[in-house]
Amino acid sequence: MTNPSATVVPDERVSARRGRRAAGRRNDGPAGGSRTAGYFFVALYVVLLLALGIAPTVYAIALALSAPGGLGFAHFVNTFNLFEFAPAFEHIFEFEGIWLASQTIFVVILALIVHTLTRRVSTAFRFVFYLPGAMAGAASVVVWLFMFDPNTSPWAFILHAFHYQLLANTAAPGNLPVLFAIMAFFTGAGGWIVIMYGALNNIPQELIEAAEIDGSGAIQTALKIKLPLIRKWIVYMLVLSFAAGSQLFVEPQILGVATVGEVSPQWSPNQLAYNLAFQYDRFNDAAAISVDLLVIGLLVAVLLVWRGKLFEVE
Amino acid sequence: MLARRYALRLIAMIVLLAFAAFFVVPMIWLLLAPTKTDYQIVHESPFAFGSLSQFGHTFHKVITYQGDLMVTWLKNSAIYAFGGTALALLAAIPAGYGLALTQFIGRRALLGITLVVMIMPATALVLPLFLEASAVHLIGTVWSVILPFAFFPFGVYLAYIYFSSSIPRDLLSAARIDGAGEWGVFRHVALPLARPIVALVAFFAFVADWNNYYLPFVMTYDNSQYPVTVGLQILISSSQVFTPTASGSASVEIFRPDLAMATLISILPILIIFMFAQRTLVKGMLAGATKG
Repeated sequence: MTNPSATVVPDERVSARRGRRAAGRRNDGPAGGSRTAGYFFVALYVVLLLALGIAPTVYAIALALSAPGGLGFAHFVNTFNLFEFAPAFEHIFEFEGIWLASQTIFVVILALIVHTLTRRVSTAFRFVFYLPGAMAGAASVVVWLFMFDPNTSPWAFILHAFHYQLLANTAAPGNLPVLFAIMAFFTGAGGWIVIMYGALNNIPQELIEAAEIDGSGAIQTALKIKLPLIRKWIVYMLVLSFAAGSQLFVEPQILGVATVGEVSPQWSPNQLAYNLAFQYDRFNDAAAISVDLLVIGLLVAVLLVWRGKLFEVE
Repeated sequence: MLARRYALRLIAMIVLLAFAAFFVVPMIWLLLAPTKTDYQIVHESPFAFGSLSQFGHTFHKVITYQGDLMVTWLKNSAIYAFGGTALALLAAIPAGYGLALTQFIGRRALLGITLVVMIMPATALVLPLFLEASAVHLIGTVWSVILPFAFFPFGVYLAYIYFSSSIPRDLLSAARIDGAGEWGVFRHVALPLARPIVALVAFFAFVADWNNYYLPFVMTYDNSQYPVTVGLQILISSSQVFTPTASGSASVEIFRPDLAMATLISILPILIIFMFAQRTLVKGMLAGATKG
């Protein structure tokens, strides 16, 4: 769900920023080397960026805007009027609401607790939380099919409390946002706990000790000292998770296959776009939905880069 | 005061253990399920251990399912993930170096674009990529999956951070004074120092590529091309466990232990990397701090 590649970024950035500040004093900005050398080093990446980042984006926009008489928003209107369109986005937003709220609360609480443990114990817990990240994607969905099936689940006692007898009961339409939130939390939370832990470790020990000398209890220190100092990583987690969550595909797709018709094949916007393209050959309409999703991702990305001040690269 | 502190500590421990259970139980279940028969999985305790011989039997059944379908899927996953990771490294490491340690027109713009595309989820581009790949007749070839994997802006960013913070510029200048060309400076001075970041980028690229579902799902169209992530869905749809009507074109029926075994096999390479790469990862993570 959440891009596992996000995991160590903050540690990297925090430490790297420090390094850079030190480097900056010695030397302003990148130096050395001729310009041609610079172009040479970035050449392959720029080719890939143009061919696989920019070109498909432009192509999708062109397809989405192409109309019989020239350019227009016909395909956006078409898809907007589909009866699956609004529910697909509602599903996503409901899922995001549940997932982001619970992830934020639990990740922060767990990171704060883990940060108070001895090094060895905290390493063990972080590893346990982080390991499910290895299953991100299809594998975790398959495992959770069994966890949600009252016939096989180690959590059957909880499912029975809701009077669920079959996987299809657990996977009732109203429950799906919660189920997907659980799956996303399972594979994604550990990485974020590691990040928050890294961020907490960057808080100067003297600051925490000073608070304790002043009589601050564990909870007070956590809320008044630690939390404000990791706030920007929490925002970073929220924003990045939101962008990733809007792209939900594999979870409803596989759950749909497993429950045979219980989950709409158009449950998420990405699935809707996929089906428009491959079931109905409506590629322009599919491109319009892709553009909708791209715009959401782009807005979030731009917001984070230019407003979030998380990437003070230079 | 002391009592309150102990109570707090106790609550914290309970919360911690409860979440540890949440994360660990599914993984333990996955390890135990293939040791049991389908009947045992449904009727015995979820944490009961079956037998090693049953585990072996299930492994054999999954590996030989429809000839060597599972092996084909794994091979495809490996081709896509290794190919994608290799190309991603080839592009990202020099690019990170160029962005950090050389000066050229458009450098800042390239850095900004890299940050934006790095944050945008890659899935948003899958359908547009399909249309593009289909326009240039790449659909159904390994390149339709490998090339999109090769574009890995996050790797460029990591390499950029590393080179701009951890490589002493004086060292590079010294090499230049000694008459080394720009490529020579990169190849013989910077690259040997960049091993931790190469490992880190390789780790993230490989894990993301191996676990990717949506891109190969769209780009490939039959069993001979699917990676194991898509293969898992094929197994579920041909299993009578979830789809009672699935007569299964296959002669061998797929039950719960088989699905669990297939899942386990599918994540094995990543699990191994996760367990053994820890030291490299920590090194990579701390690398940026060494010059701080």
